Amino acid sequence: MIKNLTLSAGLGLALGTGGAMAAGSVGHTEDFAFSFEGPFGKYDQMQLQRGLQVYTEVCSACHGLKFVPLRSLADTDGVGLPEDQVRAYAEQNFEVFDAELDDFRPAVPTDHFPANTSVGAPDLSMMAKARAGFHGPYGLGINQFVNGIGGPEYIASLLTGYTGEEKEEAGVTLYENKAFPGGWIGMAPPLGDEYVEYQDGHENDLHHLSQDVAAFLMWTAEPKMMARKQTGFTAVTILLLLTVLLYLTNKRIWAPVKRSAKGYPAE
Amino acid sequence: MAGIPHDHYEPKTSGEKWLHSRLPIAGVLYDTIMIPTPKNLNWMWIWGIVLTFCLALQIITGIVLAMHYTPHVDQAFASVEHIMRNVNGGYMLRYLHANGASLFFVAVYLHIFRGLYYGSYKAPREVTWIIGMLIYLAMMATAFMGYVLPWGQMSFWGATVITGLFGAIPFVGEPIQTWLLGGPAVDNATLNRFFSLHYLVPFIIVGLVVVHIWAFHTTGNNNPTGVEVRRTSKAEAEKDTLPFWPYFVIKDLFALALILTVFFVIVGFMPNYLGHPDNYIEANPLATPAHIVPEWYFLPFYAILRAFTADVWVVQIASFVTGGIVDAKFFGVLAMFGAIAVMALAPWLDTSSVRSGRYRPMFKWWFALLFVDFFVLMWVGAMPAEEPYATISLIASAYWFAYFLVILPLLGVIEKPTDAPDTIEDDFKAHYGKPADGSAAATPAE
Repeated sequence: MIKNLTLSAGLGLALGTGGAMAAGSVGHTEDFAFSFEGPFGKYDQMQLQRGLQVYTEVCSACHGLKFVPLRSLADTDGVGLPEDQVRAYAEQNFEVFDAELDDFRPAVPTDHFPANTSVGAPDLSMMAKARAGFHGPYGLGINQFVNGIGGPEYIASLLTGYTGEEKEEAGVTLYENKAFPGGWIGMAPPLGDEYVEYQDGHENDLHHLSQDVAAFLMWTAEPKMMARKQTGFTAVTILLLLTVLLYLTNKRIWAPVKRSAKGYPAE
Repeated sequence: MAGIPHDHYEPKTSGEKWLHSRLPIAGVLYDTIMIPTPKNLNWMWIWGIVLTFCLALQIITGIVLAMHYTPHVDQAFASVEHIMRNVNGGYMLRYLHANGASLFFVAVYLHIFRGLYYGSYKAPREVTWIIGMLIYLAMMATAFMGYVLPWGQMSFWGATVITGLFGAIPFVGEPIQTWLLGGPAVDNATLNRFFSLHYLVPFIIVGLVVVHIWAFHTTGNNNPTGVEVRRTSKAEAEKDTLPFWPYFVIKDLFALALILTVFFVIVGFMPNYLGHPDNYIEANPLATPAHIVPEWYFLPFYAILRAFTADVWVVQIASFVTGGIVDAKFFGVLAMFGAIAVMALAPWLDTSSVRSGRYRPMFKWWFALLFVDFFVLMWVGAMPAEEPYATISLIASAYWFAYFLVILPLLGVIEKPTDAPDTIEDDFKAHYGKPADGSAAATPAE
């Protein structure tokens, strides 16, 4: 399958992906197949809703999504919840501090997901764009060109990458993880088989839970991906047409000049 | 404008005459757009239009982005996310602007290498070349400051590393660094002034571009043969040239449309490919990223900066001779700026009497090696500062300097150039004037 757009026409830019591939001991990222890969890939709305459920029931205990407005859960090319469900979801799950009331109140759709710094866990809003799952080879960026940068794959690999080994270092418990750079991560395994009971009855083994929440986090990082690809498709189509027209115009304009170079009259 | 003889604008109506006697703007525009252009220009002469387009694209998208961006350390990162999520088409504006910088540099590097191969820098076009180099420097400054504005991790740490270079200047380095940053470290004052300058410098570039165009419209374009347009009479000049409009405008627009097709594939389907994931993490002065890497277009010069470590003998000699004033860090800074300075000095370092590389059998190979060298430097610039990359970057850096300081001056003396055509017309005919079969003459396309 096409993982990402494979261009034959490189501009020599393949060298360009900078230090993403310069990282030292990189973990192993499994190449999960996501519905939104490739130029025509789309978010799977049901998967995003399942991922939202995993985030809400598990991840949100420690991780915030402070850049994501709750109202965007209603976006139709994203999670696509009906507006009343968004309102109910906000009210039931989150409390926010209201400066005017000088007190906490239940969240409303115009609020953002709350930040969560309770245990120092990183905010997950843009996590799927802030990590590179694929690297190299030799710093050439070819893997990323073919497979994409691999943020959501990295997240899913991390969640499924625990080996079960633990060690204690300076009073902190570290857990061995195949995907994490360096191999030992401070986060205890957050997910396991059947940790979340899906409302739609979908399979809920660790693999599915991880992939669903990774897809959801790709959406939180890039909520306009569908619109962007649509714009890109329209722009490329129009520009290709324009290119052909300009090619023909150019050929026509130069034809008399080239004819006269052969010694024939220009017209 | 002086130079190649051609028809000039003649005001015809009374309105045109009225304006022309007061402000000859129509004449200036006419002469600019109808400038006689060597008819044998090849596809490497399209980058000027691409660059002009990039400048316009960056200014237009940039002005709109500035309407929604907040240059404050507490809000900059969030305001970029606001653009990505809430502003109408904001995600497109930002991705166009970020990837537009990359297109800008792809075009400028090819434009520069075009000039280096065809000897466009040589007399009488030195002023065009020097102004071009100033534009390139201004572009680098603008791009660097622009990359700081999203206030991600790579923004912050890139700014810290690069402004730290000024701190390497002996005696006055630290005051200069503090003055540039507006404080002891990269902070709100830095972000504010970078935003201000990121908005200002592009308009300086616009001014320089006007002078750049003015300069080469005075001398006339170079061309793939390096042979000058005959200019003793208008009739003779017309044998070598065609007016810019429509012949080259349409040609350039065709090339631009093709390039933009590829550009929109990147913007639409892989907009973060050329970026760095760390810049989606908000700047944190307490957490240094594992690897601080500049954008791809800075990598060749970043590699040169890092290549000259304290164990390199030229660095040790420089340090010894100056009594330690020039240490490895300062030497690296000098080398980085020197790498651009030697390029700017090419008109005076190149001793060959032949302009175009097409007729220079030895030069061709050294030039090809320089082109490869550029990509090698780009590659090692992204790799960690360890073996074997350290040695590779040292060799590649050395070649960069050797090309300009040793090879260019020597080649002019030892190389035996091949024969260039007498005129541009001859070159054009040699290319297109293949003996046609009878049918072509019998059935003209019109």
